[in-house]
Amino acid sequence: MVTRFNRRKFLVYGSATLGTSMLLKACGGTTTTDTGEADGGTETAAADGETIKVGILHSLSGTMAISETTVVDAEMLAIKEINAAGGVLGKQIEAVTEDGASDWPTFAEKAEKLIDQDQVAVVFGCWTSASRKAVLPVFESKNHMLWYPVQYEGQECSQNIFYTGAAPNQQIEPAVDWLLENKSKDFFLVGSDYVFPRTANTIIKEQLAAKGGNTVGEDYLPLGNTEVTPIITKIKAALPDGGVIFNSLNGDSNVAFFKQLQGAGMGPDQYPVMSVSVAEEEVRQIGTEFLTGHLASWNYFQTVETPENEKWVADFKAEFGDDRVTNDPMEAAYIMVYLWKQAVEAAGTTDIPEVRTAAYGQEMAAPEGPVTMNPNHHLSKTVRIGEVMDDGMFNILWETDGPIDPEPWNQFVPDTIGFACDWSDPAKGGKFEI
Amino acid sequence: MLEGLIGGLFNGISIGAVLLIVALGLAIVFGLMGVINLAHGELMMFGAYTTFVVQNVAKSMGGIAPEIYVFAALPLAFVVSALLGLLLERTVIRYLYGRPLETLLATWGVSLILIQLIRSISWPMVIGLVIFATLFLIGRWALTRYTDWDRISQWANPIFLGLSVAIAAVVSFLVQSSGSSQFVRPWFGAQNVDVTPPSWLRGGVAIGSALQFPYARLFIIVLTILCLVAVYWFLNGTAWGLRIRSVTQNRGMSACLGIPTERVDALTFALGSGLAGIAGFAVTLLGSVGPNLGGNYIVDAFMVVVVGGVGKLVGSIVAALVIGIVTYLVGSGTIALILPPTAFFQPAIDFFNFFATTSMAKVMVFALIIAFLQVRPAGLFPPKGRSVEL
Repeated sequence: MVTRFNRRKFLVYGSATLGTSMLLKACGGTTTTDTGEADGGTETAAADGETIKVGILHSLSGTMAISETTVVDAEMLAIKEINAAGGVLGKQIEAVTEDGASDWPTFAEKAEKLIDQDQVAVVFGCWTSASRKAVLPVFESKNHMLWYPVQYEGQECSQNIFYTGAAPNQQIEPAVDWLLENKSKDFFLVGSDYVFPRTANTIIKEQLAAKGGNTVGEDYLPLGNTEVTPIITKIKAALPDGGVIFNSLNGDSNVAFFKQLQGAGMGPDQYPVMSVSVAEEEVRQIGTEFLTGHLASWNYFQTVETPENEKWVADFKAEFGDDRVTNDPMEAAYIMVYLWKQAVEAAGTTDIPEVRTAAYGQEMAAPEGPVTMNPNHHLSKTVRIGEVMDDGMFNILWETDGPIDPEPWNQFVPDTIGFACDWSDPAKGGKFEI
Repeated sequence: MLEGLIGGLFNGISIGAVLLIVALGLAIVFGLMGVINLAHGELMMFGAYTTFVVQNVAKSMGGIAPEIYVFAALPLAFVVSALLGLLLERTVIRYLYGRPLETLLATWGVSLILIQLIRSISWPMVIGLVIFATLFLIGRWALTRYTDWDRISQWANPIFLGLSVAIAAVVSFLVQSSGSSQFVRPWFGAQNVDVTPPSWLRGGVAIGSALQFPYARLFIIVLTILCLVAVYWFLNGTAWGLRIRSVTQNRGMSACLGIPTERVDALTFALGSGLAGIAGFAVTLLGSVGPNLGGNYIVDAFMVVVVGGVGKLVGSIVAALVIGIVTYLVGSGTIALILPPTAFFQPAIDFFNFFATTSMAKVMVFALIIAFLQVRPAGLFPPKGRSVEL
């Protein structure tokens, strides 16, 4: 009897301890981290004992963590560098990190927490469009500011969001044009089942119809699903002699898709896959054996040859390890912290309306080349198309001569043809007819 | 037409085989023992990570090792998951037999712990855990051995626990801050890891112009059949299998007849967990390997066992194949193609075309399952007999 009682007690205490220690460990990793305190040493910051709090809101757990944690690293590196160089307006930046847990309502909840409880000056965050759509009402109702680092489907232009990833005309549309010219006119569209792939595919279908291509089929996988056999059968039936597969799958499904595509004997020579969510980081996790020869369209590749990129890649590897890679969303996340800093310094304050106005026209020599913030809250960016090489890097096959101006409202979709966005002029706003 | 039929059948069976190998362990744990084990998917995940580790070791050995590592990974995945399952049974589940709700919550909690463990496990953490376990267990043993434990347990227990935790945490923290960055970083991290099947499992064998059977799929089908045969032989041809079946049918009577029911429980649970490990190994050939791997399969696994009928392996087999084939036929739009394109069938063709995407096929399969369970609530092959409470 006694031993039984003791064992049960042990079980209770043991699991309590294990749980507590893990909780402590988890908290230690994710709560407020003042990245610059050790190496800052600026007198002003120390004198008034103040820091500028910024929110970082990404999925550190769940199915999107695979991608979003890398973006957090890039943002942390930028904050650390800014702090080491003296901070913003003489104050150190203090990052408050929250985990959106790949769950869209959680994102909205955490956004409210960052704004109301932590009183952050700005939030850097989100990856999936679903999470952005979930936090959008929060930022609009509180008139706050979100900087969003990922290419997305467009058809949105909020006064409260700055988009530093590509709009469709800076990634998807050039990719489709390039494929029509160089690969095939027959397209099969595959995507994850949420807002980005569905909107992106609507745009692609309109564009193909306008430019003489054919959409032979489309299919959507639920996020996290790994059973792709029916899709592969459909592709084979629709494209018996080969053609382009346009892939906007996100997260885990990509791995299953490429592994089983190869198993079905469909190689890049006959079925080139153009991906818009597969960058260096994903290539590493999917495995280069499955990807060599396939294509991706981005604004930035680690192989871009600019002095800024060389320095950034070197700094990033020094900070996080030699085996790490950089990619497009990470670069966008890195430069958006700097662009925000420039806007704050131009405004002389962290107040949202002033910073917003000051952000228009901010320029920067980014790793991807020169970028400019437009009054429509999007960046002018260079577009590139790359092919996966054996070492997991991209061989850049094609790039635009210079930065392309963003068009948040798509010019192929009938609903939005002729619309644009300009927040610098109160009379125009988020959606006006040109 | 014939080619299409064979191809469809093969693809349906290959989906069914994955479902079956994932559900096989669960059919034993949930079906035979009645334990709702929500950590089953995480046991799979440990099998998959074992495969990843074996693969990395094989890669570093070079030579022929990367080509044959699967044969080492397979038994190791089984052993690792079985040991983990044994630990789980001994420390948590055996206190909760006959209490399904508590089991469900406890195993769900365990699954969260295991997911986070894979994400954050690193040398400092392992050192901390080992130090804690050593201090606490040895200290407790010494105290009970040399003191009047019953008298002092009131205050000694919390103090002892606190001390062990504190020392372990301090050491872990010191190691964390002093070790090199290579040493302190997580082993796997939150990101997916890349498991590459050996070259002979990539690609496929082509028959005719339209048919291609991927090697990975064939391998999984063969593996599933082997596992089934092994499980059947174990349950029906060995002494321990006989004991397991008798405990399943009537625990009290079995105990009276001298069958060690506790050991049978532990063995059964370990067997089910080991099969989860094998399933984890199998899915590395097809999909991604990450901390969330289990969650992608657990719902399907329960679905198979529930449709098949709790307590019967043959039910799970039939259910997995039927679900696999239906998923494939609906999802690939084959049904719409088979129907003759006449005006009479047009509404049916439109109907099936609407469901011919992967997401919508899932909706339809679930709807069919719900409808089926309305007719036969106990599944395809319900257990019979007076002992069954239905």
